[in-house]
Amino acid sequence: MIEVAPLRSRLERLGSTVTSQVWRLGYASRFLAYLVLHSGTALRRFRLTIAEVYFAGVLSLVIILVSGLFVGMVLALQGYETLQRFGASESLGVLVALSLVRELGPVVAGLLFASRAGSAITAEIGLMKATEQISAMEMMAVDPIARVVAPRFWGGVLSMPLLAALFSGAGIFGGYLVGVQLIGVDAGAFWSQMQAAVDVREDIMNGVIKSVVFGVAVTWISVFEGYDAVPTAEGVSRATTRTVVTSSLAILALDFVLTALMFTGGNG
Amino acid sequence: MNRSMIDLWVGIFVAAGFAALLFLALKVGNLATFSTNDTYQVHAKFANIGGLKVRGPVKSAGVVVGRVADIRFDNESYEAIVTMTLDVSYQFPRDTTAKILTSGILGEQYIGLEAGGDGVMLKQGDRVRLTQSAVVLENLISQFLFNKAAEGKEPAK
Repeated sequence: MIEVAPLRSRLERLGSTVTSQVWRLGYASRFLAYLVLHSGTALRRFRLTIAEVYFAGVLSLVIILVSGLFVGMVLALQGYETLQRFGASESLGVLVALSLVRELGPVVAGLLFASRAGSAITAEIGLMKATEQISAMEMMAVDPIARVVAPRFWGGVLSMPLLAALFSGAGIFGGYLVGVQLIGVDAGAFWSQMQAAVDVREDIMNGVIKSVVFGVAVTWISVFEGYDAVPTAEGVSRATTRTVVTSSLAILALDFVLTALMFTGGNG
Repeated sequence: MNRSMIDLWVGIFVAAGFAALLFLALKVGNLATFSTNDTYQVHAKFANIGGLKVRGPVKSAGVVVGRVADIRFDNESYEAIVTMTLDVSYQFPRDTTAKILTSGILGEQYIGLEAGGDGVMLKQGDRVRLTQSAVVLENLISQFLFNKAAEGKEPAK
């Protein structure tokens, strides 16, 4: 009988956590719908969006290209080690290209994008809210979602697929450097086996679709966490952390779902 | 940084992104091969296709002349119908033989075409009548074992 009271309070806390999470999900969905419906300004004054492509995309270029290069180089080293045991070291190009185009390109680029650009978007919007710039805009009858949030959203959504493609390209180049130039796999076999195995529609288009989905998810989470942040220094820092954690989990979970939809059950 | 510099950098970024996509499509993928050329389709029935896959290569004398476009099961003859897409620059006589072969011991399976002597060439929608099914390892082993068993009995008589 003594145990009942703490148990009840624990159950209540669990219930309220679940309820508030579901409530936040609903609010975030409503936020996304409102954002998409009111993104006329971001598209009409396209310069606003271009500036956000600069902040989200161009400034992430260095980390994306360097990481891609190293991921490709590591894949080539590790892949060669395993493939040569079966005497199939000529398939190195296939291994590097398929792992990058199907999985690593969109996923790792998405994770880097979430920590490099997503956290910056959240911190920026959160700080605007904490310094009451958002309220000031509302006071001047300027819709902050249309003026501040929508350009950042579209900037991120446009940047992400391009970053993923650049990541895969840099990775394949890194794999070529290590595989062909360093280890000495035949260059002709490297490229021709890769071209024979990688299909434009099945592999490359599906990779692009993945990166678009991740771009929407990461940017949505980033702008929402920023807009929903508690307007204090602590609140903004918490929102930034939440952005990175939630985006990373969302990318990995969505990746599983998308991979299950795209690459299994087919007759290929 | 002023506006026009931002525009320049975004322009470079977008151009580089599309260049990477083009690189993936042309150099990494197989967009460059066979999608631009004209093709024609022929069908073939096989009793067993083994591990043949859609998009697998169709070779003649070792040269890739086309791809497997579709694999279906015929409910009436209980055979597999394989549709092949061949490049128009490669023409084959009507009595061409289609075999399912394997590249290497553990390699992928492909269709090998062996040209016959007929003067009439295969056209769009034609059927290759002479076919040879895939070699199934289990059948081969059981045949070999039965032969061995039969050999073992003879000296006893």
